[in-house]
Amino acid sequence: MSSDVLNGTARILRRLGGAVTGGISRLGFAARFLVAIVWHSPQAFRRFRLTMREIYFSGVLSLVIILLSGLFVGMVLSLQGYETLKRYGADEQLGILVALSLVRELGPVMAGLLFASRAGSAITAEIGLMKTTEQLSAMEMMAVDPLARVIAPRFWGGVISMPLLAALFSAFGIFGGYLVGVRLIGIDNGAFWGQMQAAVDFWPDITDGIIKSLVFGVAVSLIAVFEGYDAKPTAEGVSAATTRTVVISSLAILALDFVMTVFMFRAGNV
Amino acid sequence: MNRSAIDLWVGIFVAIGLGAVLFLALKVGNLLTLDRTAGYRLEASFDNIGGLKLRAPVKAAGVVVGRVEYVRLNPKTYEALVTMRIENQYEFTRDTIASINTSGLLGEVYIGLDAGGDTVMLKDGQRIAKTQSAMVMEKLISQFLFDKAAESGGGGGKK
Repeated sequence: MSSDVLNGTARILRRLGGAVTGGISRLGFAARFLVAIVWHSPQAFRRFRLTMREIYFSGVLSLVIILLSGLFVGMVLSLQGYETLKRYGADEQLGILVALSLVRELGPVMAGLLFASRAGSAITAEIGLMKTTEQLSAMEMMAVDPLARVIAPRFWGGVISMPLLAALFSAFGIFGGYLVGVRLIGIDNGAFWGQMQAAVDFWPDITDGIIKSLVFGVAVSLIAVFEGYDAKPTAEGVSAATTRTVVISSLAILALDFVMTVFMFRAGNV
Repeated sequence: MNRSAIDLWVGIFVAIGLGAVLFLALKVGNLLTLDRTAGYRLEASFDNIGGLKLRAPVKAAGVVVGRVEYVRLNPKTYEALVTMRIENQYEFTRDTIASINTSGLLGEVYIGLDAGGDTVMLKDGQRIAKTQSAMVMEKLISQFLFDKAAESGGGGGKK
């Protein structure tokens, strides 16, 4: 009886320890993987057409969802912000609210989340399936390095696309905010843009957003290619890897966003 | 999808992406109208700067002419030393008064400059001599209460 309890406890402890060491060694592998990607990047850039193709798949094909989401987020932000600002008689500052929240936070974060679920999952599934069907091994047999031929272009395609998508999200969000605020509610056009321009600075507000979106681009792309490369070569393995990509990159985006915002606010308010 | 079509689409994507950055920089963040490095510096010391923040506007007659660049405490006089960067096209007389104002009840805090009649203009790095500190709401209220108390209580005692 007591040996059963002991055995059970030991099994739980063993599983816990296994999960921890497994997670840490996966993290180590991911770090090594990032170094390997950077190492192989010159080859990917020399054949830039491969990277172009990935920018097309992860950037251009994400355009519609990014632009529409940005528009709707901006419209909702404008509507909600107006309701609150109206109570303080500050409804003309709506432009500031919409622009600052989009440029600093919502643009990079929402674009990052959408990018992770739209493009990151596709990258993971593609690489995972290539591994399952042994295309990656076949490449190695033909002395083609899959890191340079498959992984690095996808990584850089994501890193390049992400800041552009975030900027487009913010721009369309502000346009959506303008549509609702000025066209629908009837805030003065000059006050909307003028207040916004007086309160938003290129440095640091907009540059902070660009830095954030670049970091998210690196994080999401790395997680996507890593999960695909590390996927178990089975149907379930690929599906689990795709799910993990979306979950881990979403969490990574939100956590990184918090950390970066802390540093950026500290740098801003001397 | 063939190569040239991919090139075209990626080109369009990069172009509108950079266009969005440009839109954010120019239309939203007015990068051009207030250049950070251009302009000359003026200093002013205040007893109390209230809620004045870095990059707060400096206005003359309501027009933004510069930004607050630097705020620090003078350790000898315990006054706040504010450095402003004023656009080159604007010059102010030596007897200009700098005051800390608030636009509206909840609005932003800014520095107002009122030029005087002097013919000598302030130069880069010079200090504005006449300043008016921020009005702190708590002090105003307590002043008001003390005055009221003095009126009713003190006045009643003397009678």
